[in-house]
Amino acid sequence: MSFLSQNASTILTLTIEHLWLTASAMFFAAAIAIPAGILLARSPRWARPVIGIANILQTIPSLAMFGFLLPLPWLGDRAARIAIVALTAYALLPILRNTYAGIRGIDPSLVEVARALGLTSRQRLFKIELPLAASFILAGLRTATVTCVGIATIAAAVGAGGLGELIFRGVASVDNRLVLAGAIPAALLALAADGILGLLEKLTAVKQ
Amino acid sequence: MTTPPPTPAIHFRNVSFALANGQLLLDRISLSLDEGTTTAILGRSGSGKTTLLRTVNRLLDPTNGEVLLSGVNARDRNLIALRRSIGYVIQEVGLFPHFTLERNVALVLEAESTPLAQRIRRAHELLTAVGLAPDTFAGRFPRQLSGGQRQRAGLARALAADPPILLMDEPFGALDPLTRLEMQQMMRSLLQRFRKTVLLVTHDLDEALYLADRIVLLDSGRILANLTPQEFLRSAQPEVRAYVQAFRRALPADPATAPPTQEAAP
Repeated sequence: MSFLSQNASTILTLTIEHLWLTASAMFFAAAIAIPAGILLARSPRWARPVIGIANILQTIPSLAMFGFLLPLPWLGDRAARIAIVALTAYALLPILRNTYAGIRGIDPSLVEVARALGLTSRQRLFKIELPLAASFILAGLRTATVTCVGIATIAAAVGAGGLGELIFRGVASVDNRLVLAGAIPAALLALAADGILGLLEKLTAVKQ
Repeated sequence: MTTPPPTPAIHFRNVSFALANGQLLLDRISLSLDEGTTTAILGRSGSGKTTLLRTVNRLLDPTNGEVLLSGVNARDRNLIALRRSIGYVIQEVGLFPHFTLERNVALVLEAESTPLAQRIRRAHELLTAVGLAPDTFAGRFPRQLSGGQRQRAGLARALAADPPILLMDEPFGALDPLTRLEMQQMMRSLLQRFRKTVLLVTHDLDEALYLADRIVLLDSGRILANLTPQEFLRSAQPEVRAYVQAFRRALPADPATAPPTQEAAP
């Protein structure tokens, strides 16, 4: 107990840092991957190569990814920048893939009727396609968020902070309490994100 | 001097449509639909019926020839305005599952930014016209309807912007026979009430006879016959006779029109 009370403010600060890293990365990833997924759904011949690239990004081991970004100008100046860029890269694939699949998966007769009714391309997107694909897109965001909360712990390796710092410190000093002080809040964050986004996903699901 | 014939509402002029692989789905179709008339397109699956229908609202553009709407080439009109002036009803109906019936029916008006109150009034008017009491149905979602009710709502939606032209692609094909009959009767009375130029694709000769002023028989992308229902029934043209007999044979309960069979012969 005394361990907790001694470290409470550190844990809190690092949790907020962790959240901040993940949330920023999710913001950028969504801002890139949702529009990209929409574009791919409109011109599916690009889907394979583009999703392929996102797939490759996903396979880079996270420690290596942070390492690659370290020597880059501007990015390398601040560890948080590296962390956010790396996390964004990991979050792209699930969001991109789900946005694409969600829109492509809409019943073709609905898409045809939307065209035949004379909806403009923008009206089709906002009134029909996005609402019908919303739960898919949210499922992608959920997968991406949970992954990112986990990977963000590695960001401490390049000094970006976050709960990983406690884990790394704990490993270095063979102190399991420190490891758990980082791992448990990280796991709780992941569970919370999963729960909240899962709920949103359920709320936006269109009953057929 | 006699007055010139009125400009047809829809005029297919030498319309051909070929797929990218060269397969010809429509082969130099020329056909005129007078304003306010109903034309049924009959033919086997793959004869080009749906393809022809879809050149009117430009879901497809002919690879050759042109479609004139009241004398104006469909290609020269604004695509969005053109489509909003043409009602479209398909077998799958295509009601949007995330919208209530009211919103589904008035979607074209919503797309045109018509004020909400006006949209709702129009939606209720049309739901009433197709036999779906607005008090009960306006707020329902498509999943809460039967197949026949969905098809009624689809028809109401197609009429929302009061389009002069109505395209119907096997609208009642997926319904059970009794519901289909009800829908056909409703359709007939609606057509008497609202004067529309209708292009109706169907497999069902009885439907064509009941609803259409002209029956066009299509085969391999060509027009084999373009007749009134009476002419169609009496035609000696082998392809037309074959089509009529195929239907009469499906109705053995009616001995007056059934062709004699060997079993029936003494």
